[in-house]
Amino acid sequence: MLKQTEGSHAVAEAVALCRPEVICAYPISPQTHIVEGIGEMVKSGELADCEFLNVESEFAAMSVAIGSSAAGARTYTATASQGLLFMVEAVFNASGLGLPIVMTVANRAIGAPINIWNDHSDSLSQRDCGWIQLFAETNQEALDLHIQAFKLAEELSLPVMVCMDGFILTHAYERVDMPTQEQVDAFLPPYEPRQVLDPAEPVSIGAMVGPEAFMEVRYLAHAKQMQALELIPQLSAEFKTMFGRDSGGLTRSYRTEGAETIVVAMGSILGTIKDVVDEMRDAGEKIGVLGITSFRPFPLESVRAALKDVKRVVVLEKSLAVGISGILASDVRKALRKLPIDVFTVIAGLGGRAITKKSLHALFLKLPLETEESLTFLDLDWGVVNRQLERERQTRRSGPAAENMLRDIGTVASKIA
Amino acid sequence: MSLQPVKFYQTGTFTVGNRLLAPEERSVQANMERTNSLNSGHRACQGCGEALGARYAIDAAMIASQGQLVAANATGCLEVFSTPYPETSWQIPWIHSLFGNTAAVATGIAAAIKVKKAKGQGGDVRVVAQGGDGGTTDIGFGCLSGMFERNDDVLYICYDNGGYMNTGVQRSSATPPAARTATTMPVGPEPGNAFGQGKFMPALAMAHEIPYVATATVADLRDLEYKVKKAMTFRGARYIQILVPCPLGWGAASQDTIRLSRLAKETGTFPVFEAEYGEITSSSKIRRLLPVEEYLRPQKRFAHLFGKVPAVETIARLQALADRNIRRYQMLDKEAN
Repeated sequence: MLKQTEGSHAVAEAVALCRPEVICAYPISPQTHIVEGIGEMVKSGELADCEFLNVESEFAAMSVAIGSSAAGARTYTATASQGLLFMVEAVFNASGLGLPIVMTVANRAIGAPINIWNDHSDSLSQRDCGWIQLFAETNQEALDLHIQAFKLAEELSLPVMVCMDGFILTHAYERVDMPTQEQVDAFLPPYEPRQVLDPAEPVSIGAMVGPEAFMEVRYLAHAKQMQALELIPQLSAEFKTMFGRDSGGLTRSYRTEGAETIVVAMGSILGTIKDVVDEMRDAGEKIGVLGITSFRPFPLESVRAALKDVKRVVVLEKSLAVGISGILASDVRKALRKLPIDVFTVIAGLGGRAITKKSLHALFLKLPLETEESLTFLDLDWGVVNRQLERERQTRRSGPAAENMLRDIGTVASKIA
Repeated sequence: MSLQPVKFYQTGTFTVGNRLLAPEERSVQANMERTNSLNSGHRACQGCGEALGARYAIDAAMIASQGQLVAANATGCLEVFSTPYPETSWQIPWIHSLFGNTAAVATGIAAAIKVKKAKGQGGDVRVVAQGGDGGTTDIGFGCLSGMFERNDDVLYICYDNGGYMNTGVQRSSATPPAARTATTMPVGPEPGNAFGQGKFMPALAMAHEIPYVATATVADLRDLEYKVKKAMTFRGARYIQILVPCPLGWGAASQDTIRLSRLAKETGTFPVFEAEYGEITSSSKIRRLLPVEEYLRPQKRFAHLFGKVPAVETIARLQALADRNIRRYQMLDKEAN
């Protein structure tokens, strides 16, 4: 059924259609509307046979999820940013134990300085935590990915993060096609756990494993993610048959036929990039787009196949691997090993900095002329950076850097070109 | 043969000899149906109070729940000595997640059980969470307070040995003042652990006004079983703290575990009581009041108080704390003493 709704609410409804049994959450912007929506559905009785727990921290939220999933309940939670970092110990534990929890990450920057706006620093910091990470481009895809995520998680007995851009998606009102309960029931069978805390068949879960088997257990986590590389496209195809929509999968190409340049990105920025690519194609530029839906497992083969014939690849990412360059870019480079392709890393949109068509246009036109440059910070204000660096050279007690830089700018308004 | 009066109590304890009782009144451990939930063969030290306390507590909870029990366990000695894979001493469904989240994991299990029961897919399974004092009063405090505040249907059992024994005897917020640990060495002008408020979790549990709070020691196992069974008659959050001497951490002889537990109570150092909805309902009375010195002397962690120059002032301060416990928890029976 078509409806105009907020991204968060679309996700809340989709999660409810998946018949979750335990939902726990601790509020953090911009995740709040999702759990508020589900909480209301549970309280009103619209979502029956579901326990909704208001817990005291994100660490507790993931821990409650671990307990309920281990006791055989389909379990969901949502978080973002600092919240994801606060639960990290339990995040690793959930994947280590092989518990198929589904969690929305409403992607948001990590402080300090504290910042509530969108980038991908939070979930990308959990790159190696053992969870599957799927990135949604639109609200429709966010909704669809949640339905696929429960099936994926439970097939593999691995937890799945569905990542959607905070505010840009979570708070945007868009038209979405909401499936019916019958459709979702036909796609997603009831949860049949591989391991469960059951007095009829007592097991010990989570005991110590020494050097004699730890490597093998950890390898199994990798093997499962490799299985996910097979399963994600299968589920996406199955989803298309039943719901009539292309959603999910590993990667998605856009206007890449005969392209000399392909821009690689994740999440909602793909929409802006596609608009720019459309304009540039109209002007005769040979440029296309590759969207990464599955960040973990990272689809090396699929990415390589999509990019192997181009001259240059531009990885535009909303994250920064401090001290080296990009996080996504490193993975893309690995996919392109030994191919004669220039890879340009563009760090953009950190902390909600707007990524405009104008800036992208200028960037994409400029790159074919570049030969050495491989790391660009889009729309970075060098004047502000250099003034602070100079201040630190001049004065020992130069003060808090963020405050100095804001004072230099003279305004707290976001810088939109 | 001359008539002998029946002697119901062993000297110095309230323990009734099982052989003098009808089968239904005997202790869980004397019951042929006992489950040995924490089975033999585990790797606890000789004289481990925690192993003893856990065996009695969980078996009692198993009897009370007709075998329908799940346990969540914090990281710590109990977790390590009972389970290195592929061996496990646990005869019940058991999960270990992390050090600081046991109460929340138990909350999750209880939530899942509630839903499954409502859907007709599961029975009335009860949940126990357990951890040491570090996992309870320090790193697990946030999750435990949350569990209390929401009144989640979980019995949390803390095995209190007053320190981080698993990592090599470091101080916790339940370490008694003046005690030597690896991080409060008996050196300098104020040797041992500092005098502070400490963190007496039973009082904090009572402040949450949860249905049931109790303390017990491994010296009175009948009382421990009774309290676990009593706790299982309530729904909602329940808390039991069991004093469990640690021969390694306390520097005490393995055979002194029961004796030290008894002395902890008999000196007023560890109050043994029950509370419902934030109010004390009963306290175990001291049978023969002893000075704290009797409790401190056998433990090497207090040896620096009894050197060539005894730390008279420090001992007096510890005595004052015990006296305060005796008043606060009404540990003396006015008629008997």
